[in-house]
Amino acid sequence: MSAAAPALDNVDVTKVRSRNRRPGESPYSPARILAFAALVIMAGIWLGPIVWAVATAFKTETDAAAGELTFIGESGPTLQAFESILSQGNIYIWALNSAWTSAVITFITVAISALAAYAFSRLQFTGKKWIFVAVIASIIVPPQALIIPLYYQMLAFNMVDTYWGLILPQVVMAPIVFILKKFFDAVPIELEDAARVDGAGRLRVFWSVVLPLSRPILGAVSIFVFIQAWNNFLWPFLIINDTLLMTLPVGLQTVISAYGIQYAQVMAQAVLAALPLIVVFLFFQRQIVKGVATTGFGGQ
Amino acid sequence: MTDVTADRSAVAPEPETVEEGPGISTAGRTRGQARRANQLIAWAFLAPFMLAFFLFVIWPLAHGIYLSMTDQSLTGAGGSFIGLENYAEALSDPVVWTSIRNTVWFTVISTIPLVLFALVMALLVNTGLPGQWLWRLSFFMPFLLASTVISQIWMWIFNPEIGVANEILTTFGFEPIAWLQTEHIDLISITIATVWWTVGFNFLLYLAALQNIPEHQYEAAAVDGAGRWRQLFSITLPQLGPVTVVVLVLQALASLKLFDQAYQMMNGGSSDTSRPIVQYIFEAGFVGYRFGYASAISYIFFALIVIVGIFQMTVLSRRKGN
Repeated sequence: MSAAAPALDNVDVTKVRSRNRRPGESPYSPARILAFAALVIMAGIWLGPIVWAVATAFKTETDAAAGELTFIGESGPTLQAFESILSQGNIYIWALNSAWTSAVITFITVAISALAAYAFSRLQFTGKKWIFVAVIASIIVPPQALIIPLYYQMLAFNMVDTYWGLILPQVVMAPIVFILKKFFDAVPIELEDAARVDGAGRLRVFWSVVLPLSRPILGAVSIFVFIQAWNNFLWPFLIINDTLLMTLPVGLQTVISAYGIQYAQVMAQAVLAALPLIVVFLFFQRQIVKGVATTGFGGQ
Repeated sequence: MTDVTADRSAVAPEPETVEEGPGISTAGRTRGQARRANQLIAWAFLAPFMLAFFLFVIWPLAHGIYLSMTDQSLTGAGGSFIGLENYAEALSDPVVWTSIRNTVWFTVISTIPLVLFALVMALLVNTGLPGQWLWRLSFFMPFLLASTVISQIWMWIFNPEIGVANEILTTFGFEPIAWLQTEHIDLISITIATVWWTVGFNFLLYLAALQNIPEHQYEAAAVDGAGRWRQLFSITLPQLGPVTVVVLVLQALASLKLFDQAYQMMNGGSSDTSRPIVQYIFEAGFVGYRFGYASAISYIFFALIVIVGIFQMTVLSRRKGN
C-alpha cells in the first residue's frame, strides 16, 4: 500500500512522538509535570459529564433527584432505570433503525461518490470542469436551508414518513467526492495503464485496480459518513413521524419531555443510546480518529 | 445531461470494448466514435451521483427560490405568486433579526473557545506524555455522541434545582442560576455544552497538523540552543497558521448552522435570546405551516452563510499574503 498511497494517508494522530523531552532530561521535569497536570484536569472536565451520567443511570429516581455529588446513591447501585427504559421504550427499534439506515446511507454515499470522483479524476467528458466546479461550489449550500423545498419534494414523491425519504436526501456529500478525487489524482496512472494494456475495461480497472488501492481512504470516509448519518437530527426529525420508523436521536427527543424529571431514566436512556458508538470507538479508536482527521482535512 | 442522450443513439452497445486506450487497437472505428464512447463511459460513472445531486441539491435550491415568492402552505393551500412580499415581510420581522443576532453571537462566542481549547489540548497531547489513549478518548469521544444525548446530559447538568452546575456554583459561594431559563444566559449555556461536545474535532485537526511538523526542525532548534518556549513560538505556532485558517472557517460555518442542541435543550421551545435562525425556518415552515415564508428566511440564512464565508476568505487570505 505504501508506495501507491498518496499523502492523505500519512496523517496518523494515533502515533504521537515524544518530542518534548530533551536528551538527558528527566521524565519528571517541572514542565512535564505541569503539562501532565493540565491534561489530567482537562480530561477530567471532558470525561466528567459522561462519568456522571453513567453513575446517575445506576441510581434510583429518589437518589438521582437528590442532586448530590456522589457517584453511588444512598440505596446503592441499581438497574431499575435501565429495566424501565427497556420495558416501556422503543429504544431497540430506534437503535436498529439508526444502524441499518446509517449503513445504507454510508454505502450509497461512498459508492456514488467514488464513481463520480473517478470520472472527475480520470475520464474525459464535455463540461467536466464546470460540472466539477458546480459540485464543489455546492459545499457552501447549508442543508438546513434546503429543508423546506426538500420536504415539499418528498411530499410529491410520496416519501414523507418512509425510509427512502429519510435515506436518499442524505447521500449527496460533495466533500467526499472532492476528497476521493484528490486521492485518485495521486494514484500513479501507470498501474491503470498496465491493466488496460491487458484489455481491461474502465469499470474493470476501477473495480480491480483503483478500489483495492483506495481501501484506506474509503474506510476513512466511510467512518466519517457513518458517524454523520448516525447522529443526524434535523432531517430525520422532519421527515419521520411514525414512532416505529424513528432513528435513535429523533426517538430520544420525543421522550425528553415525557420523562422530564425522572433523571435516572433519562440518563439510562442517554447511556444506552451512546453505548453502541462508544463500544465501537473503544475497539476501533485508531481507525476512527484517523478517519475523522483525514476526512476533516480533505474537506478544507 | 444532454450529452448522454445524444450519445446513446450514436454508439453501439458493449462500451467496454469500444473505448480507446493505450495499446488497444482502435482500427476500424473512427476517432469520433471512440470519443463518444468515452463520453458514455464517463457519464455512466457520473450518473448515480449527478442524479442524486440534481434531485436533492440543485432542484430544491432552485425550487426554494420559487417557493419563497409564493404564499405556499404546508397544508397544500395557497401557492400563488406574490413576488418579493415574503422577503419584505422577513426583513421587517423582528424575530428574523433577533434570530440572526443570536446566530452570529453564538458563532462568535463558540468559535473562540472551540479553537483555543482545541489548540491547547493538541499542544499538550503532542508532548507525547503517557496516557495518549485516555487523552484522545476524553477529548474526542463526546464528538461521537448524538445531539440528543448531549442535550439530555446538559439539560440535567443545568437543571436549576438538582443540576451539577449549580451545585458547583454554590460550593464556591455563588448564587445558583437558572441556566436555560434565563434570557441571555440560555445561549451561553448552550455554548458551553457545544464546546464540550464538538471541540474534539478541531483537536484532531490540530493534532494531525502538529504531527506533520518535521522532527528535524526541532532538533536543529535544540542544537542552536532554543528552549521549549522558544520552539513553541518560533517553530510550532507559525506552522499552525494554515490549519488555523481551516479550523476557523469550518468552525464558523458549523456554528452558523446551530439548531439541534439549541432546539433540544430549550425543550422544543425558544427564547428571543437563544433562537437561532435555522430554528426560525423550522418554526415558520413546520409549526406555522408557512412554506413560502420559511423559504424566504432560508435564503436569508443562505446569504448569511455566503457573506460570512466570503468575509473570512478575504480577511484570512489577506493576512496570509502579509
